[in-house]
Amino acid sequence: MAYKIKASDCTACGACEAECPNNAISFKKGAYAINADLCTECKGQFSSPQCASVCPADCCVPA
Amino acid sequence: MANVISLDSILGVGELKAAAEAPPAAASGCASSSCGSSDGPADMAPEVWEKVKNHPCYSEEAHHYFARMHVAVAPACNIQCNYCNRKYDCSNESRPGVVSEKLTPDQALRKIMAVAKEIPQLSVIGIAGPGDSLAAGGRNTFKTFEMLAKKAPDLKLCLSTNGLALPDHVDTIANYNIDHVTITINMVDPEVGQHIYPWIFHDHKRWTGLDAAKILHERQMLGLEMLTSRGILVKVNSVMIPGINDEHLMDVNKAVKSRGAFLHNIMPLISDPAHGTHFGLTGQRGPTAQELKVLQDQCEGGAKLMRHCRQCRADAVGLLGEDRGSEFTIDRIDAMGEVEYDQEAARTYREHVEGERAGRHAAKAAAQADVAGTVGTDVQPILIAVATKGGERINEHFGHAKEFQIYEVGPKGAKFVGHRRVDQYCEGGSGDEDALGGVLSAINDCTAVFVAKIGGCPSQNLKDAGIEPVDRFAFEYIEESALTYFKDYAERLGQGAINAREGQDAVIRTGAFTALRA
Ligand code: SF4
Ligand code: SF4
Ligand code: SF4
Repeated sequence: MAYKIKASDCTACGACEAECPNNAISFKKGAYAINADLCTECKGQFSSPQCASVCPADCCVPA
Repeated sequence: MANVISLDSILGVGELKAAAEAPPAAASGCASSSCGSSDGPADMAPEVWEKVKNHPCYSEEAHHYFARMHVAVAPACNIQCNYCNRKYDCSNESRPGVVSEKLTPDQALRKIMAVAKEIPQLSVIGIAGPGDSLAAGGRNTFKTFEMLAKKAPDLKLCLSTNGLALPDHVDTIANYNIDHVTITINMVDPEVGQHIYPWIFHDHKRWTGLDAAKILHERQMLGLEMLTSRGILVKVNSVMIPGINDEHLMDVNKAVKSRGAFLHNIMPLISDPAHGTHFGLTGQRGPTAQELKVLQDQCEGGAKLMRHCRQCRADAVGLLGEDRGSEFTIDRIDAMGEVEYDQEAARTYREHVEGERAGRHAAKAAAQADVAGTVGTDVQPILIAVATKGGERINEHFGHAKEFQIYEVGPKGAKFVGHRRVDQYCEGGSGDEDALGGVLSAINDCTAVFVAKIGGCPSQNLKDAGIEPVDRFAFEYIEESALTYFKDYAERLGQGAINAREGQDAVIRTGAFTALRA
């Protein structure tokens, strides 16, 4: 399982990129995106998915 | 006269009543306000004065002469405020945290070099957002400062933050020699805070309600104390939200002063449904000009108040009150290629300013002595709106003014108390009636308006509204002219030729500061 970013709502602030413990988020072709292969939903690392907790636009959602 | 002397000091407003811990300046036998004009205010430590004297945001006098620039390298944030909507970005906005262009640290450096070349007044580089300068580890912020410290070591650096991440970064801040930090503190009580902050992200978790406000409050106070104990200057910004934290801000003022903040800046909430903020949508209003002034007056004597803050946007460029950001777009800067920093031009300008300041102090001292000698202390102070382009002179045409600076003048002297933004009345030569109405409501609590020049028609409208248009002080120093005017006003009042204008209020412009330089 992994998270994804709803690009239409994303403000490209980069807050999620800085919080992801697995470096799963990067800025590519003008938008932030989550690499599903690297995303663990933060399981075993934190009590909640970090990207979704910090995102001001609530656009980090389960894929 | 004791009070009048401190008017001379750079941070003018706050000192008036901060005399409690200030040494009695007058008792030392020096009654001339030109005395020690470049030594700084009596109640300010010399090292603080050295740091703030050319800083346009912190020094009320310097904001007439020096320019600051914010670079928007920090888009991420770690809290949500009810007066902010980071979901979209409006290029017509001009309030803190709103920015139209996000820069990488490399782009920011090139932009700063390009601006410094064209604007020798540039003395301060700040990072204020558009998110929080210390969120996301503060990486872009510190990267930018590191490059700047190498390339242009004489520029002052400052940053603004909501304070949540501050305690983690105090050591880094001290290492980069960032001597000014602004913290936005809107409450010192979580009960109040929960109505301002819906959530925060802290320690890998999203917190809401009282918990969020409590953590934020504790981190803000801790960060403030850590900075001041290391000798780093801290200014506190507060947003005045009527019905939520307006009276509470007096407690905030006391709390931040006791922890060593040297300036407290109370700004009006800017709220409009079109901004899509929580407060905009719930119809939360901002304060009126008089509500703001009453609160600022009540807080005087606490931490010094800063009344000249323009609530510039996070990518603002220029002297306070003007925004030249749109002249320096990424495209244009990329096209300029490599720009070298010219320390010489900046130094020459700073020397010129020292001369100007000395002239201004002398002029004001003479006018003050004159008023003190002739006007009785029972005459109520009045407000005067001034059209100025800067330099502390009355040098703007009424119709071209994008803002008016407001001075309070009375038997005790003249002081700057704020500014009001307006739409330009005259664009391209033709006066526009709606804009004139806007100007009238923005300065409705003033007795007179000082201008370099004014047309016959708006002049008549002002008179009809009970505000006297005055152009006889064109290009003179503002405070000297205000004092001269006040002396004459008191005489006319005494003869019964005019009536005092009391009980008026004015509207704080809520929309965007869209006026661009022509
Ligand atoms: S859920 Fe966790 S691991 Fe997945 S992208 Fe978000 S922060 Fe990274
Ligand atoms: S935190 Fe949210 S809004 Fe910001 S870049 Fe990530 S997904 Fe986009
Ligand atoms: S927003 Fe206030 S503190 Fe920031 S640059 Fe403008 S005047 Fe200075």
